[in-house]
Amino acid sequence: MNRIEIDKLTKFYGERLVLDGIDLSVAHHEVVCLIGASGSGKSTLLRCINGLTEFDEGNVRLDGMDIYDESFGRTGLYKRIGIVFQAYNLFPHLTVLDNITLAPVRVHGRQRAEAEDAARKLLDLFGLGQYAKSYPEQLSGGQQQRVAVIRSLATDPEVLLLDEVTAALDPELIGEVLKIIRDLKTQGMTMVIVTHEMAFARDVADRVCFLDAGRIIEEAHPQRLFSSPENPRTQKFLERIIASGRLGASA
Amino acid sequence: MTRRPGKGRRTIALKDRLTPVLISLVSVIIVFGAIVYFVGSAEQWPRIQSQFFSIEAMLEAAPSVGRGFLVSLQIWIISLVCIAIWALILAIFRAMGGPYFAPLRIFAILYVDLFRGLPALLLVLLFGFGIPALNLPGLPNNGLFWGGVALVLSYSAYATEVYRSGIEAVHEGQGMAAKALGLTQWQTLRYAILPQALRNVVPAMLNLVVALQKDVALLSVLGVRDAVREAQIYTARTFNYSSLVVAAILFLLATIPMARLTDYVARRDRQRRLQSAL
Ligand SMILES: Nc1ncnc2c1ncn2[C@@H]1O[C@H](COP(=O)(O)OP(=O)(O)OP(=O)(O)O)[C@@H](O)[C@H]1O
Ligand SMILES: [Mg+2]
Repeated sequence: MNRIEIDKLTKFYGERLVLDGIDLSVAHHEVVCLIGASGSGKSTLLRCINGLTEFDEGNVRLDGMDIYDESFGRTGLYKRIGIVFQAYNLFPHLTVLDNITLAPVRVHGRQRAEAEDAARKLLDLFGLGQYAKSYPEQLSGGQQQRVAVIRSLATDPEVLLLDEVTAALDPELIGEVLKIIRDLKTQGMTMVIVTHEMAFARDVADRVCFLDAGRIIEEAHPQRLFSSPENPRTQKFLERIIASGRLGASA
Repeated sequence: MTRRPGKGRRTIALKDRLTPVLISLVSVIIVFGAIVYFVGSAEQWPRIQSQFFSIEAMLEAAPSVGRGFLVSLQIWIISLVCIAIWALILAIFRAMGGPYFAPLRIFAILYVDLFRGLPALLLVLLFGFGIPALNLPGLPNNGLFWGGVALVLSYSAYATEVYRSGIEAVHEGQGMAAKALGLTQWQTLRYAILPQALRNVVPAMLNLVVALQKDVALLSVLGVRDAVREAQIYTARTFNYSSLVVAAILFLLATIPMARLTDYVARRDRQRRLQSAL
């Protein structure tokens, strides 16, 4: 059974069709990258997977169970699927440590001391140990984004959704975030990643899906998709990317 | 002669700084001096002075007006606390989405429409005279209490809107992040949104605080012996208005520092936002 099964997912914003019958499945430990032009629906698709955005038709299943199934309870789904946003969305009024422990303590009923221990371990692991008591604004963008990743890992999710997590970063900070994602892949995390970093997608993805106007019009292993795209729209998209020099050597 | 590089520049800077200060000082002295001269030389001035600015009458009225002013301050502070809490509750009602909370949301909307639409003085009269006349069992029966309630109800409507704008100013990504972490709507408000919203609203709230301090004087129509009422009593007895000037001075002594504080906080807040926007 696949970890995530998406069936004929359709989503309208008002009159506008944003997702047009998406079918997508993600196996255990698989890393799927979503690429596509701005406005093609990548973020919306990601947010439908963990129920942040309601959709109109179709369904999404996690380990065979509909995400709106009662048995997930109110928080079960959010515990098992973590999401990281492009703009980090850390809470500016909370320290790094409190950002990370908020959900474990308030949502999952862990003891504060226990949650803080776990958070500190994660911070050390990602080289942010000395920033536990800092506020987000005191950190660099790359550090903030790493904290955001840790925050979503703090509840031990089985699936991680990443939405252009490097788009707001300076080039020299991108590497440190991408390294974390590679490490997570090594540890077997199932991930769906929206990215504009084609080199990274080629490097980390087991499969790349190209979205166009709310549809997945081509999906394949990155080697195949990047070297010999079949759909003319994919070809055009990749040509534009190559022209802008973003399909270079692996980062 | 050896000169350190920065020195000459610093001298010029000092002169540059002093010139505008001197100009404003001189112009202020000329303008206000002229006003004082013309007022003082007016034919009526001695009469005005004895009616409004008689030192003797001021000193005589000061103790009772001062006592009244303490009453005003008490009403002000107690009302402030009640308004801050009640308006926050209403703003939370207003912010809760979803069908279950619709009644609370509608209540908050109607409340704000109603109490913002009515003049505070009208409410003070209605509550301060009307409710005690009902002789309701188990409820306090004095005008001061009900007048205070009227002020709280009226100002809470404005304060609710201030809170609401503060809540709406918090970036929507914050609510989304909280939801994605599994926080309930209430937890999202409590731990993610409100702490940021409260910081946003401090400058606007301080404006209300200053306005309320003056509107406490409305309670004098109910016979509450606040500063204005005490001053009126003195005036009625002696036909001298200096007591009202005493009350005016007391109000200014309290509100002007508040106004400066408001400016200061607003300026700091603006800088904080500018910085975080970078
Ligand atoms: N909250 C919303 N209300 C209305 N329309 C929306 C909303 N969010 C997204 N859309 C629309 O849905 C479409 C898909 O948006 P989405 O954010 O999923 O695109 P995207 O592929 O992530 O683009 P980008 O690469 O720019 O992030 C866009 O046309 C967008 O205008
Ligand atoms: Mg997007």
